[in-house]
Amino acid sequence: MEIVVCVKRVPDSAARIQIAADGKSIDRSGVEHVISPYDEIALECALQLREKHGGTVTAVCLGPAEAVKELRQALAMGADKAVHVKDAGGGRGPHGTATVLAEAIRARPHDVVLFGKQSIDSDNCAVGVIVASLLELPIVTLAVRLEIAEGRATAHREAEGGTEVVEVRLPAAFSAQRGLAEPRYPSIKGIMAAKKKPIEEVDAPAPAGALVVEALELPPARKGGRIVGKGPEAVPELVRLLRQDAKVL
Amino acid sequence: MAAVCAFLETARGRLKKTAAQILGEGRRLADALGGALDAVLLGKGVTALAAEAARLGADRVLVADADALSAFTIDAHLKAALKALAASQPRVVLLAASVQGKDLAPALAAGSSSALLTDVTALELGEEGLLARKPVYAGKAVARVRATGRATVVTLRPNAFPAAAPDAGRTAPVEVVDAGVGPGEIRAVVREILAKASEKLDLTEADVIVSGGRGMKGPENWGLLEKLAEAVGGVLGASRAVVDAGWRPHEEQVGQTGKTVSPKLYIAVGISGAIQHLAGMRTSRCIVAVNIDPEAPIFKVADYGIVGDLFQVVPVLTQELAKIRE
Repeated sequence: MEIVVCVKRVPDSAARIQIAADGKSIDRSGVEHVISPYDEIALECALQLREKHGGTVTAVCLGPAEAVKELRQALAMGADKAVHVKDAGGGRGPHGTATVLAEAIRARPHDVVLFGKQSIDSDNCAVGVIVASLLELPIVTLAVRLEIAEGRATAHREAEGGTEVVEVRLPAAFSAQRGLAEPRYPSIKGIMAAKKKPIEEVDAPAPAGALVVEALELPPARKGGRIVGKGPEAVPELVRLLRQDAKVL
Repeated sequence: MAAVCAFLETARGRLKKTAAQILGEGRRLADALGGALDAVLLGKGVTALAAEAARLGADRVLVADADALSAFTIDAHLKAALKALAASQPRVVLLAASVQGKDLAPALAAGSSSALLTDVTALELGEEGLLARKPVYAGKAVARVRATGRATVVTLRPNAFPAAAPDAGRTAPVEVVDAGVGPGEIRAVVREILAKASEKLDLTEADVIVSGGRGMKGPENWGLLEKLAEAVGGVLGASRAVVDAGWRPHEEQVGQTGKTVSPKLYIAVGISGAIQHLAGMRTSRCIVAVNIDPEAPIFKVADYGIVGDLFQVVPVLTQELAKIRE
């Protein structure tokens, strides 16, 4: 079974975000980058599927030169191949990103295409659905369980107020929600092996630019910091403030 | 040709709360563009809700009412939605940034070759197109994004826009859209729905959230929070620490690797306030924190804090809040 997983390089969730001098992007100096957590879950799911059914796992990353680190990480976890679609400049928006990824995937065999449900930087929750649409693949988003047998997949999907059991014929795409798989740590052997695996490089086309980021700002600071009191004695005053000042009750 | 086309979601035979928010913003934009506001209803038995959409500001209601649309699937809903768009020809397409909207909006953008702006918290019309404010990095930063092009699909963050007030005398023509979904066209088929016990709202749409963290000491103590949530009409949330520990299901997780929420009232109980958690709830209108550690970072973003043992504070808070609701 041929499995393609899209992974994105993003700032770690523990990172403090600062705005760069251009006022349109973040200051990446000193910021730890990782594979976006949901993409890592998707990758783990891909590795487990391969262990069960055989085949190959190809990690595809659209990102800057530095993203080679995340692809090495994917290889160290156990991906067989890595494709680096090199991006000179960001800012293509979900549709633009999906178009580039779809072209990279189209050129390769793919029975299963996996995504994280969203990247934790741009938070669009959109690239997987658009890629699937461009490749004319069905997609099941928010998968928390995925089983494959005889060319069909059964996925559990976290819908509103319940878990949907969804059936689909392969080839198909899926996006990973927390719970689908627990990402492994690469073994020493895996890390050594990853150094020898080649990373295929492709240049991404220049962004077409239907979306332009005009500015990036830090959110207004919350005033906060008001301690109403200590212990249960403070509760009546808190309730009064919630009713009369904040007017949320 | 309409200026704005608003897709409304329904649940259990009613318009969802986001529908009034989308129509409110849709009306404002349509008026600014000097055009009409279409509303779209997709589903089974949704025709009856067209009158309500009109009362909330729609100039025309496009309805695709079909068996094939009874459960949400991207394949069926996209097909019907594209037909509605062909009838509407709008400049701006609005949807909720909900579980459904996050599936349908990108598919619609791809299917109609439109730009896509997601999870927007403010919109304005600029000379060169739509200008949106959109939180990124789970709200650690906010981007101002301009979309150019013929049409733009926009998802609006639930609770970030004021709801339209219904006008009892307002009516609008209803136009039937043939969903035209044939057998076999739904490729990902929903076979069954498990554990649909709860009528509870999704966290991202809740008005009040009561969240617990490691200070709760163990999953067996969650009854305390359930009672508080009940007293205040809220939904339960959780920190990453307690989800990682397996005390609570991951769908309750608030934060950068969980859900980003903006309720009217967020009550954080025994949550210290890690950066990634604060990112997910900092746009709440009012934040209350109960924590034993006066130095906990949560107090820096909380509007009101009580320093103390949550096992003493929460029962009293529950009691006081229950009194108000009586």
